[in-house]
Amino acid sequence: MAELFCDARPQAVDPAANRVVRAFYNWAQANSLFILAFGTGCGAIELRPLFTARYDISRYGIMPRPTPRQSGLFIIGGYASIKTMKRIIRSYEQMQNPKFVMGLGSCTVNGGMYWDSYNTINRLDYYLPVDVYVAGCMPRPESLIAGFGRLKTLIREGRAEGANRYAENFDWYKANQKRIIKDWNMPEYNW
Amino acid sequence: MTYWLAAVGRAIVSLFFIMNVGLLTFGVVGRIVARVHGRIGPPVWQPYVNIVKTISMRTAVSHGVMFYLGPVFRITGGVGLYLLIPAVHGSTWLGNFHFTGDLILVVYFIFFGMLGMALGAAESGHPYSAMGVMRGLTQVTASEVPFAFAIIALAARHHSLSITEIVAAQQGGLLHWNLFVAPVATAAGLFSLLGMMMQSPFDIHLAPQEIPIGPPTEFHSSYLALLQTNRSIFATAKLVLFVNLFFGGATSIVALVVKVFVLFLFPVAVGVVFPRYRVEQSVRWFLGVPTAIGIAAVLIETF
Ligand code: SF4
Repeated sequence: MAELFCDARPQAVDPAANRVVRAFYNWAQANSLFILAFGTGCGAIELRPLFTARYDISRYGIMPRPTPRQSGLFIIGGYASIKTMKRIIRSYEQMQNPKFVMGLGSCTVNGGMYWDSYNTINRLDYYLPVDVYVAGCMPRPESLIAGFGRLKTLIREGRAEGANRYAENFDWYKANQKRIIKDWNMPEYNW
Repeated sequence: MTYWLAAVGRAIVSLFFIMNVGLLTFGVVGRIVARVHGRIGPPVWQPYVNIVKTISMRTAVSHGVMFYLGPVFRITGGVGLYLLIPAVHGSTWLGNFHFTGDLILVVYFIFFGMLGMALGAAESGHPYSAMGVMRGLTQVTASEVPFAFAIIALAARHHSLSITEIVAAQQGGLLHWNLFVAPVATAAGLFSLLGMMMQSPFDIHLAPQEIPIGPPTEFHSSYLALLQTNRSIFATAKLVLFVNLFFGGATSIVALVVKVFVLFLFPVAVGVVFPRYRVEQSVRWFLGVPTAIGIAAVLIETF
């Protein structure tokens, strides 16, 4: 089993040194966002109308990808139960740098209506570096599109460095993750 | 020496040309499909942005040597296929390389990329990769049966296995095209084109519902950029081959682009209308009517 996993710690990778190349790459990153097709929580139901005729997110260069290897954007669609959290962490770590996380719904901000539940997390950014939060219970597709706009601005300005933050504060994130996931029966490094 | 340098230079120009034709065609077709769905669709240049994006990814993990080589084999299949087909008849720059009997090698190259991809996908260790490759190989094998019959029929008609000679025989007007001269062989060829273009109902290797994405599941960053580039080269090369075989070839760049685009609309139109087949349904379909038409074409052309 061990040989199927890489056992190196994640490393922060600096963006391209040349200013023009960096700006060009950031532009491409912002205009070609692959969403990981992994619906967590009730907010995930809001993602479906985004792809269909009414909202048609593809005109902004945003499309779903069913594999974490190729996706760049992880939308945590609302409450994340501890059971799902294990899969969320594995999927997030398998994505390639740069990768972005969008917290969708009040549940990712402060626990929402599951605030005192025994099996959901209360704040997403203890466990994963979040770039954009979209508040609401549940937010309409319009607010999601506004969230995408905000994320695109951040990427273009080079401020969406969540993957590097995750690598730099790896021990802190791991400690937080292990505090809630009691049965940590998965490899330490998952990419 | 200068001869070789010129040949390599021409091959690079030709590849650059066909890559852009492919990417733009995919961009336009993406918008057309979106209109059928009642959507607006991604910008026409989205395929370019996607490739720049995948190249700009900063990390990449590997699963071993074959994992590296998988996309390389795949693009070798696409490039090899394209460079053996004369894209523009009589042109020095886009004439590519050809020799007597290249049709046989071309048929082999259509399969080659798939086999290379199978090795790379197997090393990635993802079950969906292996499953997708298996499904893809099954379908390509089935769809090559009517295609082989169509080619045998054309070879029997023109007494040649050289694509250049087949194109040359079709010059001199619309009615010299194999589409009108050998309509039965053309029908068999067009049916098998459906299986080669990876559009629904024959996109079973990607199987969007049950094993989303299939063979490229584990490929990312530059590996994926190679696959994306190959997708445009390979698909366009197959269309160029069909234009050469059945639609009179092309004597100018404009004619080539127009014919390739119009021909691509056929599998796309079928794809937006029909849902997806299962593996065994697809195989049974190819071995049924299209194969019968192919055999009929061979009989018609030989006797
Ligand atoms: S914020 Fe509301 S809609 Fe979203 S996951 Fe929580 S309870 Fe569900």
